[in-house]
Amino acid sequence: MMKTKLLAVALLALAAVFAGGARAEAAITMDIFPEARLHEPPALQNGARLFANYCLNCHSANLMRWNRLRDIGLDDRQISDFLIFGNQKVGDTMSIALRPGDAKAWLGKTPPDLSVIARARTSTEYRGTDYLYTLLRGFYRDLGTPTGWNNSAYPTIAMPHVFWQRQGPREATFTRIVHHENEKTHTAQVVREVTVIDADGNAKVTESSVFGDPPESVEVSFKPADPKRAAQFDSDVADLVAFLTFMSEPTAAGRVRMGVWVLLFLTLLAGFTWWLNRAYWKDVK
Amino acid sequence: MALHKSEYQGLLGWVDARMPTLMAEYKKHLSEYYAPKNFNIWYVFGGLAITALAIQIVTGIFLVMHYKPDARFAFESVEYIMRDVPGGWFIRYMHSTGASALFICVYLHMFRALLYGSYRKPRELIWLFGCLIFLCLMAEAFFGYLLPWGQMSYWGAQVIVNLFGAIPLIGPDLAIWIRGDYVIGDATLNRFFSFHVIAIPLLLLGLVVAHIIALHDVGSNNPDGVEIKDTLGADGKPLDGIAFHPYYTVHDIFWLSVFLIVFFAIVFFAPEMGGYFLEYNNFIPADPLQGPTHIAPVWYFTPYYSILRATTDVFMYALAAFTMAYAVLLVFTFRATPARVASFAIGLALVLFMIVPGLKLDPKVWGVVLMGASVLIFFGLPWLDCAPVKSMRFRPAAHLALLLAFVIVFLVLGAFGTMPPEDSRNVMCQVLTLLYLGFFLLMPWWSRIGTFKPVPARITFRPH
Repeated sequence: MMKTKLLAVALLALAAVFAGGARAEAAITMDIFPEARLHEPPALQNGARLFANYCLNCHSANLMRWNRLRDIGLDDRQISDFLIFGNQKVGDTMSIALRPGDAKAWLGKTPPDLSVIARARTSTEYRGTDYLYTLLRGFYRDLGTPTGWNNSAYPTIAMPHVFWQRQGPREATFTRIVHHENEKTHTAQVVREVTVIDADGNAKVTESSVFGDPPESVEVSFKPADPKRAAQFDSDVADLVAFLTFMSEPTAAGRVRMGVWVLLFLTLLAGFTWWLNRAYWKDVK
Repeated sequence: MALHKSEYQGLLGWVDARMPTLMAEYKKHLSEYYAPKNFNIWYVFGGLAITALAIQIVTGIFLVMHYKPDARFAFESVEYIMRDVPGGWFIRYMHSTGASALFICVYLHMFRALLYGSYRKPRELIWLFGCLIFLCLMAEAFFGYLLPWGQMSYWGAQVIVNLFGAIPLIGPDLAIWIRGDYVIGDATLNRFFSFHVIAIPLLLLGLVVAHIIALHDVGSNNPDGVEIKDTLGADGKPLDGIAFHPYYTVHDIFWLSVFLIVFFAIVFFAPEMGGYFLEYNNFIPADPLQGPTHIAPVWYFTPYYSILRATTDVFMYALAAFTMAYAVLLVFTFRATPARVASFAIGLALVLFMIVPGLKLDPKVWGVVLMGASVLIFFGLPWLDCAPVKSMRFRPAAHLALLLAFVIVFLVLGAFGTMPPEDSRNVMCQVLTLLYLGFFLLMPWWSRIGTFKPVPARITFRPH
């Protein structure tokens, strides 16, 4: 019985996979993460500070050791004085006191470990860095969710907007092209639906008709009450994402540096072996 | 007992007197193995595949020193290798890239055999050993893929093991027997680890040795498909042959360094290879309660995964028509009555189990059968190919066109297999599946058609 059930579950999962793509709501386009931050130590250090202050404690980074932060230019004293709040040593990993079971009970979902999140969130459609950069800047007020927050990149996200003070109040505007299907006539009516959600979470929807037959889509724009503060926040998020990317593969920079020398050597080797091969085959008639 | 009289001096002479086999084998397989002079670039991939296998074995030995085959620690231990083990990331990326490199080399090596008829008499056994190696590689890759214990590892294994569950009568029990549990779990991980690290590599090495011994007994084929042993010089050595060592060793070393440039460019600059060599979902630890939205195997399995997915309820009618037409074709081809009756009866029985209500099996079962058949059908090539000549060089242009069409079918099936399923793509996969099978099953007919060019007695060789 158990087996049949399992098989059915697996089949259902497969079926869901098969049906997936078509029914999902049109996704927003991701903003592009400023790549240059990955190579700026001050940006990475600011990212580490934001990470230790805002993320760590709900999220863990169990696979990351504190002293790997030497790779972004911090020394052991700076790490233990400014970043480690508990009694951990610099050789410890960035683990947290929150137990997964408690987290699930209190927050509805255990916050994922962030050690390799930048790599895990990459997909065929977008890079993990772009996703995180968009996600962390995509929160808006929503009175319908338990936390009072929602997210344009991750609808009905369980995470509240922990950075709300740093970003400041914002008004969100969703512009959707929706196909309303008429069940009797089986014809689709195309409408443009504009939802404006103010900084307190009050939504106002206006509909208008559209010419032609554009595909379903959704666009989102934000109007911050304090543009300067929001711009500074964008920069901070870029630093944080740079840090998350560093953390997902701390050896990446060294890998690329070493690769240049290896390829240089192999190119010389190929030249030499080409010459060797030619010398041997010269006399073969 | 008297010592063997050695022709060598010094230490080598001392060893040779006591173990003559050593130098005898060295001569047989290297310094006095005569290979045709006219090998082209297609002939480097066998050697490169062995190199890739060696990379896998050596890096594998080091990975096992730090990896923990335990459902609680497997994912973490892989990241531990990537972060805390000195040089661990390098070893791990070589291993993950090596798996794909090995499959690329093997697929190109197989294409070479199709291009020049390398599986034809007297090389059928070499080909059969090669097909067994291919099967072992698939098993090795499948078992190894579970070990990082990421989402794709877990759910990929779940999907494949569940396929065995589709087998009538014994299926569900068989699936539990394979997993050692009702779901993929610690028991599964441990046995897959054992298979990946001990059982399959042993088999693989034995088969590679058999493959090479069988090759060196009959001698290598070449792009002209001419038997160089038919034209011997006064010294009894093939006139068109050349000693493998040093001539082909230096030749292969050059191509090996080119291969290493590509290989290490991937290892150092693009180890994920855009999600094709290391899937992004596999950076999420396995979660038995929540599967990823899109499950796809690594690229080297995707042509077969496409065939599996193409086998839907509706497709069974097309497959039944295909089977019946093929049975009728056989009936008209065979002369002997028993063979005619047998082919018709088998065709009819298959069709009954495909579409007749009450008798028909779950399309999923047929998907598994088709997937298995499309791999196993390679074994039949030496007997399916009935062309009077071996090499494409002397076969009609249409034959080359068909071979290239097959390659395209294979690649498109592979590309579709990486994508989420979608209706129009699935219809194309169904057509491509029939084309894939048709290429092989109709080969006894099409391989005889057309005008063949005369095969020369000697190879064509242009001095460098």
